[in-house]
Amino acid sequence: MKATASFFETPEPARFKGILSWLITLDHKRIGLMYLFVILFWFLLAIFLGGLIRLELMFEGQTIMEPEIYNSVFTLHGVIMIFLFIIPALPAVFGNFFLPIQIGADDVFFPKLNLLSWYLYILGGIVAIISLFSDGFPDTGWTFYVPFSISTNTNVSTAVFAAFILGMASMLTGLNFITTIHRMRRPGMGWMQMPLFTWSLYATSWVQLLATPVVSITLVLVILERFFSVGLFDATRGGDPILYQHLFWMYSHPAVYIMILPGMGVISEIIPVFARKSIFGYKAIVISSLTIAIAGSLVWAHHMYTSGMSDTAVFVFSLLTFIVAIPSAIKVFSWVSTLYKGSIEMTPPLFLSLCFIYLFSVGGLTGLVLGAAGPDIHVHDTHFVVAHFHFTMFGGTGFAFFAALHYWWPKMFGRMYNFKAAYIGAILLTGGFMFHYVPMFVLGLMGMPRRYFDYLPQFAQGNFYAGFGAVFIILGIVIMMINLGVSFKRERDAAADPWGGTTLEWMTPSPPPLHNFVGEPVVDKYPYDFTRVVAKHAPGGQED
Amino acid sequence: MGHQPSQHIIEYKTLGLVFIALLAMTGVTIAASTIDLGKLNVWVALLIASVKGSLVLLYFMHMKYESRVLWLSFLTTVFFLAIMISFTFWDIAFR
Repeated sequence: MKATASFFETPEPARFKGILSWLITLDHKRIGLMYLFVILFWFLLAIFLGGLIRLELMFEGQTIMEPEIYNSVFTLHGVIMIFLFIIPALPAVFGNFFLPIQIGADDVFFPKLNLLSWYLYILGGIVAIISLFSDGFPDTGWTFYVPFSISTNTNVSTAVFAAFILGMASMLTGLNFITTIHRMRRPGMGWMQMPLFTWSLYATSWVQLLATPVVSITLVLVILERFFSVGLFDATRGGDPILYQHLFWMYSHPAVYIMILPGMGVISEIIPVFARKSIFGYKAIVISSLTIAIAGSLVWAHHMYTSGMSDTAVFVFSLLTFIVAIPSAIKVFSWVSTLYKGSIEMTPPLFLSLCFIYLFSVGGLTGLVLGAAGPDIHVHDTHFVVAHFHFTMFGGTGFAFFAALHYWWPKMFGRMYNFKAAYIGAILLTGGFMFHYVPMFVLGLMGMPRRYFDYLPQFAQGNFYAGFGAVFIILGIVIMMINLGVSFKRERDAAADPWGGTTLEWMTPSPPPLHNFVGEPVVDKYPYDFTRVVAKHAPGGQED
Repeated sequence: MGHQPSQHIIEYKTLGLVFIALLAMTGVTIAASTIDLGKLNVWVALLIASVKGSLVLLYFMHMKYESRVLWLSFLTTVFFLAIMISFTFWDIAFR
């Protein structure tokens, strides 16, 4: 198997070499890796900006930047992390790379559209950069709320246009994945034979396709308002500023499920592999993914309890919000049940997955505090929200991204990394995370607002601890990245199936050949049957 | 790449009839706009537009001849759009 040339050596189209063979590639694996490198660039930049925010807040008064700069820095941190990192990270990188392989296909259904999505993503990033260096940094926060986003003199229009372009990239990727899953599954792979990561991408893609147009149009409306003062969101001219919030959250709440669902899919892949045990509740996890996608689209206005919305709407949206907790809990219970009586082998991907379960659970449960209309009035727009959001998005999706990176790294590059360094990085990251965000829960309950440049003396201690934790987070991430980077110095020595996985990506060489498989992949009746893996690793079994 | 399903070809006669129906309903829309139906004004206009949209979808866009999966996909999008509009109206109606 190792003699097969990998996709690194066989470009598609074949006549181009070097950098061109990447920039005009139609190979889903190369496009996935191109996403990986650009996304990592944005991620590290946004982490740096986040570090600057915490450094500023670490001490009372002005520390390292002016208040106006602070507003721009948190806006940038949010815009980059949301639109350029968390939304595309898992689907665009790992979805692109592994979705076709997991269903036994040789590529996505629309390879050229796939490349176009990447270019739109790049274009969106470039426009975002342009927005910074013309007419002042945007200072609205990532939510672009009216009336401020319409009245501020900073360059909101360009920043909003960047988000519009990125939305288009996201929609096209969703469309591509849905079509690929419907039309390109290998014969024998029915819906209930599909791996759970692919299932999660399917649910995510629908949300991408249905919800993204809403925000795209809304962002266009903001631009129209800024240039032509139509009055759509202006109460003095018959408009409604709360309508903006409705339209914005109609996308942006489902978007958090775009962010978390693929992460849940990754965890559903990793847990059974390292427990050497079939996933508990396969169908329940599938149904819960779809339920999260549907129910998650019904709850957007729980971001708006204090906006002046009607009490009836507050009641309805609060009630619906609690429904989303049920499928999320089904997933968490299923993962824990999978581990129960499993033959657990600790590895960096599993360690990060366990951290995910804990951090995401805390994030989810604190979400119920915010979803309940009563408590939310007290903690709305405080640091409690910041902590909750980061527990779900960083502790959830972020950790799932790192887990996926460590799980599929040997498959993507054919190289294994140093486990000890990976553990050190992961432990520093998790410890720093707790130090960083737990004080924010307390600060929020004490009443410290979010997005403020300065604070009252009673908030000093919590902010100092949070800044202290940030140092460990950054250190942990740097160690993890260097460790993965150093693996490029090694020979391509990773086995086809270094972990003992059962899904189709482990049935092909590491890294895979251009058309993904050497022979015809055989689809099992059930994707998580570990009978063969357990037999192979048993005493006397045939190891690779 | 996946296998292509066979294309259904619609007769010119059917397409012509649909076209005439669309033109007729455009006339009905204009006529309805001259009559004041009070609160029903918007509903009547929406009803006519929906029928026209459905004809375009069914015949010009071939939905009538598509598989259940495509119908389900389409109805899902309608369902979500309905939710987005109706839930927003809950707020505005009770404010």
